[in-house]
Amino acid sequence: MPTIQSIAGELEPHPDVALVERVRGGDLSAYDTLVRKYERQLFRIAQHITQNREDAEDVMQDAFLKAYEKLEQFQGNSKFYTWLVRIAVNESLMRLRKRRTSKMVSIDEDIETEEGSVPRDLADWAPDPEQNYNQAELGEILRKTIQGLPQGFRIVFVLRDVEGLSTEETAETLGLSIPAVKSRLLRARLQLRERLSRYFHRKKGLDK
Amino acid sequence: MTCKDFLALLDDMIDDTVTVEVRAELQAHLGRCPHCEVIFNTTRKTIEIYRSHEIYDLPSGLRDRLHSAIMARCKKGC
Repeated sequence: MPTIQSIAGELEPHPDVALVERVRGGDLSAYDTLVRKYERQLFRIAQHITQNREDAEDVMQDAFLKAYEKLEQFQGNSKFYTWLVRIAVNESLMRLRKRRTSKMVSIDEDIETEEGSVPRDLADWAPDPEQNYNQAELGEILRKTIQGLPQGFRIVFVLRDVEGLSTEETAETLGLSIPAVKSRLLRARLQLRERLSRYFHRKKGLDK
Repeated sequence: MTCKDFLALLDDMIDDTVTVEVRAELQAHLGRCPHCEVIFNTTRKTIEIYRSHEIYDLPSGLRDRLHSAIMARCKKGC
């Protein structure tokens, strides 16, 4: 399965670069284009982190406003999208801290350090196990399952596997080392797999 | 190759970042170990399901409202 970063060419300048330059030159319509291009992704990321719709709406707006204000600080040595995601992740974590005043929130929260054991599993899933559920049921299962992951695993999985950031971009965005991203990604994937197995095994061979 | 070795390279196998030689070793292990084959297939499927199902959709009405609010504030200089 090719990753997104392996498809993207490194030689040609990213189309966002020209848009950012236009915004810097005072062309607000170019920023409108950038907002439209990435608003759904930022909303999703914010919702995954805050797990609250209103917070996600606020985070998305604040992140775009902050990015606009700080556009001069954007160096262009990372992708504009990665830079934007970093702002949204920080805004989301700040929002969580506000809600949970008694407790510090960080992406290190709930992370156990010991290595997991090798999973043993002989019960395979059906070829298209999600077909056993309607869209609403499946959405609920997927939401519930990912919400149960420790936050530090969930953010890495979302950035890397759902939003298509590279390992390096994810590490840069979250201020983590590359080995830390890799280790969290593996554990996130395995935990999600195991949790989904409960649903996808249960229906197997049963009449719905 | 043991199951533990396989697991350590599972992500690289899924992300297709292994060399031809390592891939061949991993494939050989998969051929011998039904446990790891299930883990490999279902982990890959897990990623695919999350990638292809938008679980936090932004309805177009809300999207337009938020978009207008952002642009209105940018126009005012935030």
